[in-house]
Amino acid sequence: IGWSGKAFLSTSCCPKVCIVGSGPAGFYTAQHLIKARQDVEVDIYERLPVPFGLVRFGVAPDHPEVKNVINTFTQTAKHSRCSFYGNVNVGKDVTVGELQQAYHAVVLSYGAEGNRRVGVPGEDLRGVYSAKDFVGWYNGMPSCRELSPDLSCETAVILGQGNVALDVARILLSPLDALKKTDITQPALEALAESQVRKVLIVGRRGPMQVACTIKELREMVNLPGTRPEMVAADFEGVPEALKDLPRPRKRLTELLMKTAVEVPGDKELERRKNATKIWGFRFYRSPTEIFADPSHSRTAGIRLAVNRLEGSGERAQAVLTGEVEDVSCGLVISSIGYKSLPIDPSVPFDSRRAIVPNSVGRVHQAAGLYCSGWLKTGPTGVIATTMNNSFDTARSLLEDVDSGTLDISTGKPGSQIVSMLLEERGVKPVTFSDWEKIDSLEMRKGEACGKPREKLLTVEEMLKILHL
Amino acid sequence: MALVTAMRRLAQVSLREFSRRSTAVSWGAFHTAERSFTTGAQPLRSDNKVTVHFINRDGEKITVKASPGDSLLDVVINEDLDFDGFGACEGTLACSTCHLVFNEEMYKKLGPVTDEEMDMLDLAYGLTETSRLGCQICLTKSLEGMVARVPESVADIRQTKDGSA
Repeated sequence: IGWSGKAFLSTSCCPKVCIVGSGPAGFYTAQHLIKARQDVEVDIYERLPVPFGLVRFGVAPDHPEVKNVINTFTQTAKHSRCSFYGNVNVGKDVTVGELQQAYHAVVLSYGAEGNRRVGVPGEDLRGVYSAKDFVGWYNGMPSCRELSPDLSCETAVILGQGNVALDVARILLSPLDALKKTDITQPALEALAESQVRKVLIVGRRGPMQVACTIKELREMVNLPGTRPEMVAADFEGVPEALKDLPRPRKRLTELLMKTAVEVPGDKELERRKNATKIWGFRFYRSPTEIFADPSHSRTAGIRLAVNRLEGSGERAQAVLTGEVEDVSCGLVISSIGYKSLPIDPSVPFDSRRAIVPNSVGRVHQAAGLYCSGWLKTGPTGVIATTMNNSFDTARSLLEDVDSGTLDISTGKPGSQIVSMLLEERGVKPVTFSDWEKIDSLEMRKGEACGKPREKLLTVEEMLKILHL
Repeated sequence: MALVTAMRRLAQVSLREFSRRSTAVSWGAFHTAERSFTTGAQPLRSDNKVTVHFINRDGEKITVKASPGDSLLDVVINEDLDFDGFGACEGTLACSTCHLVFNEEMYKKLGPVTDEEMDMLDLAYGLTETSRLGCQICLTKSLEGMVARVPESVADIRQTKDGSA
């Protein structure tokens, strides 16, 4: 483009960085950059009017402490060298190319908004949902508002045995009184109040020693009031012998799982289980091959599971088909086998096989001035602290490039000045951080009225209306 | 609007119309603003203080004086010790980023670990036999002169190598 950057603007030659996505990856990258150099200015763009990504839309409502990171993100957003622009869809309202021309560097941190498909017949029947959508629904993600999951069945099957699978199981079976005090959405609360789900199976391809969930979440299921565990003792053959060689974290997790599944409980626990009205359990060595419809073909009525055996052991153990199958009646199937990143701009390199932006320590391949952090960089696994480290690494790469001259900051860049003009011309109204704070206050006030930390606004229209945009 | 047109238009806009945020927030405020972790006011007499030595990730020793009753996370925050990413969940046992390593003798003095702490500690990067979470260790005079090492990284191990969720 033939404009002379020096002819106007340069308010300074301070490095201007644009970050796409305002979840943990975006905010931790921003935090690290702002702290490292006194002259860096960071603008964070977010598609929704509200920030924080999966901290708002992914973390379970009954895990409010995990959301404490929002306090740190808020401090970053309110820093003089940081600006937040919500309601801006990068790829549609403004291209990555335009951002690259406006800023010295662009960091893509927009995470994983898609999900891995199971890839079996019947996956699109009513009653079958991805965990991403189900979690988005009970957490008030605007795009999941219309999900209206059908909870009028007795048995639910969850595919996948990670922490998201356990979150879903826990929300399906939690006593309503506990959920009422969380920031779960009102429509979800009402649907769960009517729910007839009494049994939840958490199905995995491999065995007890390969579960991807962690012990805190397992313990929450074990201690969930009103529920009792029901598992297959035979699934634990060979496990006691293997325990002694396991590293402590895996050992404690497996011990708890085995104890819950196999051990005869003491009197108090026996009594508690007798009074339980809801059942949950892991089912191992099972892979879905088909989801069946009911006679009227209007919804799911069951799932066929192929029986596996393991080859190898530990993390690397592989599930191998035995040829046997098992059919399970159920009216709800929730696939929790992984989120997936999507490409948002054709000019950005994208590895469709791994569903990430190809990079080395956050530097996007064959794209000078372009970086990535968070799940878009490494794939959709790990908790907030993992993403934090990942984001710090990307920030370090960017700073190294500034120091080495690889990233040229000698010419001033217009940054948000130009982007704001483009957006205005295109009829896009960005939401500022103080706008978000108005939404935040309103949500908390509404929540207070019904004993909840907040009552989330559920549509983008509502959010913009509050702000008169 | 094409980018070129926008650029030319912008050149005509007076810089005075370009608003800047006026709030300057010091970096210290990042950690200490709006948080009160310390349990009540302690008189600042030196005989009521506990000396704590931290070894940071660069191997440097940092010595501070803290009040009995403070947790080690409180100390890190109150003294503005700049350990990257330390204490992300603000002491609520929802992460493992306040992971600290002690020598055997000191570890034994710290007493038993609850299941709750152990569950989160199990996820800490670089876990050792003498690891603890700083937010769960409350200072007493008997811990005078303790040395706490901040281990290499704060990554939770809840990311699998094969990329599955």
